[in-house]
Amino acid sequence: MSVLTYTENWDGKFKKSTYELLSYANEIAKKAGTELIALTIGEVDNEELKSLGNYGASKVLVVKNEKLNDFIAKSYSSAISQVAQAQDAKFVIFANNVSGRALAARTSVKLDGGFVPGVMQLPSSIEPFVVRKKAYSGKAFADFELNSDIKVLSLNQNSFKIIEDAKEIAIEEASVEIKDTDLGAKPQSVEKASGKLLITEAETLVSAGRGLKGPENWGMVEEMAEILGGTTCCSRPVADLEWRPHEEHVGQTGKVVAPNLYIAIGISGAIQHLAGVNSSKVMVAINTDEEAPFFEAADYGIIGDAFKVVPKLNEALKKFKAG
Amino acid sequence: MKVLLCISHVPDTTSKIRFTDNDTAFDKTDIQYIIGPHEELALTRLLEVKEAIGGMTITVVNVGLKETEPTIRKALAVGADDAIRVEADPTDALFVAKQIAEVYKQGNYDLVVTGKETIDYNGAQVGEMIAELLDLPSVTSTSHFDIKDGKAQLEREIDGGKEVIEVDFPFVATSGKGFALEPRIPNMRGIMQARRKPLAVVQAVNQEIKTKTNQFYLPEVKGACTFVDAENVEELVRLLHEEAKVL
Ligand SMILES: Cc1cc2nc3c(=O)[nH]c(=O)nc-3n(C[C@H](O)[C@H](O)[C@H](O)COP(=O)(O)OP(=O)(O)OC[C@H]3O[C@@H](n4cnc5c(N)ncnc54)[C@H](O)[C@@H]3O)c2cc1C
Repeated sequence: MSVLTYTENWDGKFKKSTYELLSYANEIAKKAGTELIALTIGEVDNEELKSLGNYGASKVLVVKNEKLNDFIAKSYSSAISQVAQAQDAKFVIFANNVSGRALAARTSVKLDGGFVPGVMQLPSSIEPFVVRKKAYSGKAFADFELNSDIKVLSLNQNSFKIIEDAKEIAIEEASVEIKDTDLGAKPQSVEKASGKLLITEAETLVSAGRGLKGPENWGMVEEMAEILGGTTCCSRPVADLEWRPHEEHVGQTGKVVAPNLYIAIGISGAIQHLAGVNSSKVMVAINTDEEAPFFEAADYGIIGDAFKVVPKLNEALKKFKAG
Repeated sequence: MKVLLCISHVPDTTSKIRFTDNDTAFDKTDIQYIIGPHEELALTRLLEVKEAIGGMTITVVNVGLKETEPTIRKALAVGADDAIRVEADPTDALFVAKQIAEVYKQGNYDLVVTGKETIDYNGAQVGEMIAELLDLPSVTSTSHFDIKDGKAQLEREIDGGKEVIEVDFPFVATSGKGFALEPRIPNMRGIMQARRKPLAVVQAVNQEIKTKTNQFYLPEVKGACTFVDAENVEELVRLLHEEAKVL
């Protein structure tokens, strides 16, 4: 028996969310009294692989197979399921990102397991297995009971803290068999904002809405994100108007985020917007309208014109950061 | 080309969420139901593609009790050709996926489309589960969808970017941000026609339930907002550092 985590790598590198995932899976492994195994697909150098041992993994299995050069949910989930079976995994745990969600759903079907997506804390009980997730797009939470022998989970990003637990980690290759019928889809070209911090991973998000009047006014928003070491996101109309790229849209129909600090500039605070951001630890709203609903959800607020407040705030933040 | 579009019947996005029976069940009082926003956009885009290439039928399917029929009729009014309702309470994602896989097998479809996630349980899993049950390829979080010269041309969201992807029919696509921008609204003619369009009700097949919801919770009520004067932004920096400890 074991706990298996799928630790995705991005061009051979792991991320903060990888270590959150391992930390979470390690706690489950301890509760279940078993070992934690990590699985990754593709080339990763030994130094990077060894880093997984800092968060409780006693073994990492590396799958190298040229049929897995492109990310295809069908072939990847086939590989992961084969490894899960070989390792007698009772828990298979993924990050709840775009690829992790798809893989977890498929893997659960292949393994005849039950799946709870987007868990946000450790199970409150192992027998029966009960774990909490968000429901109604962030407007509520629900406890799910999983009553299958094999349990598949995906962990929300920014919802579990990293816990160090250094282990001597064994690095091994695992072989899998990928059938041609497991492919069926062929990625053609990729467009990636290289090096940009993902919205779902950032600890600070500076978000702006229609109150900013036009895309030419985002300089000060980007500047604030840079000063704070965070990244930018936006309300839905801003993405719909193509002032900002679609992947920046947060809310009920966009990305659901949970940073430490969420700064909302010129965003009214519609219920659909708040649903996606209300798990943020601290929220700040800057709005000209003292009646803006965002002030009911925010921890701190400034009633004022963003075009005056934000440049001043940026100066004050810079001064603070300079110590 | 036969398309099966899976729609969810969910509380309107402006709904205030409440629970009953000691927080073990969703309180349906005064709740307006809608087609899931992702599926509504998917239907819009499928209709645009249908108008461009012709020869396409769009069947909507919902797993639900009779109460979901107004939502299904709305999809017919927007322009879907016919509908199937699987008579069951949609208790768990695998259960729903199994029902839809069964419908697929009865109908010779070329394409299954689902929303990226429902806005009630936010599982984002039904589409992939259907694909797995039917051994089909899938494209998740599709941000652009087109069919040209009989070939599917899609774009999908990946973490930190997007990717153009080609996929062989039949397959499953889940619609994400960008699939269409504004949902199509039914017109009078559509609403009249929808009444006469076929809506078949079929029985559910057996599937073991592996997950269940025990208890719901509402988020803790936040304390009042602390206001800082617009002329004194340094005070906000101080509060974020000393009080909130996020700087
Ligand atoms: C099905 C559905 C799903 C939706 N999903 C989402 C979602 O996922 N995410 C989302 O964000 N929205 C979503 N919406 C839209 C949502 O209802 C709101 O319309 C949207 O969030 C409003 O965006 P906004 O706050 O940027 O714009 P507005 O509502 O136009 O607000 C602009 C704000 O800026 C303020 N302002 C103006 N000028 C200034 C200035 N100079 N300085 C400071 N403040 C200023 C105004 O007082 C106002 O509060 C959804 C809607 C529907 C129907």
